[in-house]
Amino acid sequence: MSSVRVLVGTKKGAFVLTSDGMREQWDVSGPHFAGWEIYHLKGSPAEPNRLFASQSSGWFGQQIQRSDDGGKTWEAVGNEFAYDGIAGTHQWYDGTQHPWEFARVWHLEPSLTDPDTVYAGVEDAALFRSRDGGRTWSELSGLRKHTTGPSWQPGAGGLCLHTIVLDPVHEDRMFAAISAAGAFRSDDAGETWRAINRGLRSEGIPDPDAEVGHCVHRIAMHPARPDVLFMQKHWDVMRTDDAGDSWHEISGNLPSDFGFPIGIHAHEPDTVYVVPIKSDSHHFPPDGRLRVYRSRSGGNEWEALTDGLPQSDCYVNVLRDAMAIDSLDACGIYFGTTGGQVYGSADAGDTWRPIVRDLPAVLSVEVQTLP
Amino acid sequence: MIRVVLPAHLRTLAGVEGEVTLDVGDPVTMRAVLDALEATYPTLRGTVRDHGTLRRRPFVRFFACEQDLSHDEPDTPLPEDVVSGREPFIVVGAMAGG
Repeated sequence: MSSVRVLVGTKKGAFVLTSDGMREQWDVSGPHFAGWEIYHLKGSPAEPNRLFASQSSGWFGQQIQRSDDGGKTWEAVGNEFAYDGIAGTHQWYDGTQHPWEFARVWHLEPSLTDPDTVYAGVEDAALFRSRDGGRTWSELSGLRKHTTGPSWQPGAGGLCLHTIVLDPVHEDRMFAAISAAGAFRSDDAGETWRAINRGLRSEGIPDPDAEVGHCVHRIAMHPARPDVLFMQKHWDVMRTDDAGDSWHEISGNLPSDFGFPIGIHAHEPDTVYVVPIKSDSHHFPPDGRLRVYRSRSGGNEWEALTDGLPQSDCYVNVLRDAMAIDSLDACGIYFGTTGGQVYGSADAGDTWRPIVRDLPAVLSVEVQTLP
Repeated sequence: MIRVVLPAHLRTLAGVEGEVTLDVGDPVTMRAVLDALEATYPTLRGTVRDHGTLRRRPFVRFFACEQDLSHDEPDTPLPEDVVSGREPFIVVGAMAGG
């Protein structure tokens, strides 16, 4: 019987939630790395028992942990992230140029095919790759050295590369997103990059349709249709049908088009999920009601999914990496909140219930569907 | 032998309990102790000092003999009581966060 393993990163450790295919009874293990911020954990699609975790601390810096037994035991691997060549500068909050400085790893994206290859998106924004299971890291500096790099500036959370999407069909194609620079695409395995922000419009920057400067929060792709991407931007939910060459808005009837995560149903490429948040200063759901919104038409028409979610006095946030979707039938949806709840739905969002309620603030949620 | 006290999170990371002891050749300086620490426990590289620059991380402090040595030059000899093993060299996660 199939099973699922949900990997939860929090402000104070990692948790591994496991269940059989029914997804009714859950086993909770953790905290792993108690006391450390776990920005992200993710399993290798090529070797599902190989997990990578980004462990960081304001005191003691960055660690990368690897498990080869599905999260039972862990080994600290390489934690040196050295920018390639002269690091250079980017724009700082006060408009001056600021040296690129490594702060932490926001996102780990294991290769779709090679268990020893994993990508890391870091702050200050750059993309690194390891080909030895995380022991050593090299920067794919073509992204940071993009001609627009010196004009990138940090969002409120820092200048972070938080989204890496690997194209399962065009093997040398990958996407990355940076706050607050925008979305980028490489067609040569990360060596060179182009900004793909045409169609984005951000009122918070001097030129609303500038080539870069957009605060992209998250990008999602369905593997069966890799030229179609969905984006939750700071404000606006967007869609491209040409791998980012042009975007159009699909916010439609959402109560707010601000939010962080965005996900796609495992078996319906036009079924999309977002979690509307009231605004960039509120960072909680509109009206104190935690609602996931689902579109079954690829955007514009959205329905609220509320059954089992708190519909009063709820003022949590759901961060960009904190929603994941399994590939069982019916597919399961999971998301974590800054209030420490992880909610799960085993029926594609129709009904929800908390798997755990009282974790530290949740930073990330990933799920593995296991045979 | 040089006695080193690590904060709890670094003891966990290094897989040790209690103090660690290090064999450090003369002259016994902060740099020599930290070099020996990182050589013995490679998972601690980058946690006390930054990679590359080997500068002390901002929220890490070094104490010994009731003195704050954090701002001393790395090649300054450590106090005789640390060299003799009577007192430990203490790595501290600074009080921060309110």
